[in-house]
Amino acid sequence: MLGLGGLLLLFLVLPFVALVLDGGPEAIWRGLGCSLTWPALRLSLGTTLISVVLVVVGGTPLAWWLARSRWRSARWLEILLQLPVVIPPAVGGIALLLAFGRRGLFGGTLERLGWTPAFSVVAVVMAQVFVSAPFYLQAAVQAFGRLDPNLLAVARSLGASPPRLFVRVALPLARPWLIGGAAMSWARALGEFGATLMFAGNMTGKTQTLPLAIYTALELDIHTAQALSLLLVVFAFALLLFLRRFNRGFEAARGAATP
Amino acid sequence: MTRRKLLLGALVAACSTAPLFAMRARGGEAQEVVVFAAASLREVLQKVALTFEKRHPNSKVRFSFAGSQDLRVQIEQGAKVDVFASADWKHMKLLADKEMVIEPVVFARNLPVVVVPKNNPAQVRTFADLPKATHLVVGAAEVPIGAYTEAIIAAAERLYGKAFHEAILARVCSRELNVRQVLTKVALGEADAGIVYKTDALTMPDKVQIIEIPSQINIVAEYPIAVLKAAPHLDLARAFVKLVLSKEGQKTLAEAGFNQVGKQRTK
Repeated sequence: MLGLGGLLLLFLVLPFVALVLDGGPEAIWRGLGCSLTWPALRLSLGTTLISVVLVVVGGTPLAWWLARSRWRSARWLEILLQLPVVIPPAVGGIALLLAFGRRGLFGGTLERLGWTPAFSVVAVVMAQVFVSAPFYLQAAVQAFGRLDPNLLAVARSLGASPPRLFVRVALPLARPWLIGGAAMSWARALGEFGATLMFAGNMTGKTQTLPLAIYTALELDIHTAQALSLLLVVFAFALLLFLRRFNRGFEAARGAATP
Repeated sequence: MTRRKLLLGALVAACSTAPLFAMRARGGEAQEVVVFAAASLREVLQKVALTFEKRHPNSKVRFSFAGSQDLRVQIEQGAKVDVFASADWKHMKLLADKEMVIEPVVFARNLPVVVVPKNNPAQVRTFADLPKATHLVVGAAEVPIGAYTEAIIAAAERLYGKAFHEAILARVCSRELNVRQVLTKVALGEADAGIVYKTDALTMPDKVQIIEIPSQINIVAEYPIAVLKAAPHLDLARAFVKLVLSKEGQKTLAEAGFNQVGKQRTK
């Protein structure tokens, strides 16, 4: 048993070891100096922050409704909303193009009104929200589903209105899972590549996020791509670590979590 | 502990039988020639391979088509390859500098052209009309078609003036990482115009229109091919390259829209 686990562990960790060791620090340092690096990092941070906020703001009420709904179609809807997780990202990009592209189903109307999201930073955010929202939705639906129904019933009987029930009871109880879901969703948005490339294009400083810059740098020199990848890995690791600490601190502050 | 040993044993067994399988493949009837080729060569080289397999009944050609840069990196990282066909000299030279290839030669030439969607929404009829396109998609400067496009746009400045040059640059809304992505965005109507190889444009005759680039500013893309020094099947690899360069191979290339190679040339 231990051996099997160890093998998987090695397999999962070794690529990251290679990513750090190959080429040596000098090559990585030179790679970080590449002109693609900083515009891409800035763009990635900005767009993923916006994406995660949009996902949480829209996803929390949607998940609450999905978790509480007795309507049978809600279960089907839940499955439909998970689809972006399993379809290849490039397919997501094509779907977005067909919907919101300049010749797309709705994009054509938008363009006649004088605006098109294609090839703009808005398209980057749209691609990120599309592929990352399911991660948050799933976590949030599960979190709300796990809440003790008696607790909610008591709150209702004590006179809490549905919005108040949601804000004062459900949200605080589900918070650790919501934060975990948001972190997963954020990490997915940060790594988003295929849909962005298809739908938003590749322009340095405008739509070229870190993953696109990595792919572009690969055409230049593998060590530049490596340096950019490391940047992404370190950053994602730091964020996940921070969220975990933050969550734990939160747990400790309020004693044992109930749900 | 015993379980760990068992696992180790299984691993050792797996490793020691692997060469057996490899040997059987080598001793068996079909020998595989592995050809790494630029994505734009897909259809045409597959045709050449059919002829090759007819001539060498005991052999099979196995392709990997991708961007020249991806293929070059894979070769550098130790991929077992017999023949490399690149879309430009840059990647072939990088391998030649490391003495990994044997005498690369040009086997095909290709011309960059402007493509517009079939219904031509921006009414681009000549190269000089390019600034009419609100969304122009080109290749990234890091990939061959993008480097050619940059050179063409720079030359256009000399011919049409600075304003033209700046207008074009202002219309560029994406720098794609390979020719097919440029073509796709034009074919879908997302871009009003793009610059791709003629051979790629010819694969979508019902989706895009071709507009020639004036020859005084255009650039001829050269495709070099070479046998790898570490080729597992050196003789077959040489035979494949020879077929590509033969009259017959060149005829197939010309049919796909490639410009023929007049005289052999090495760099």
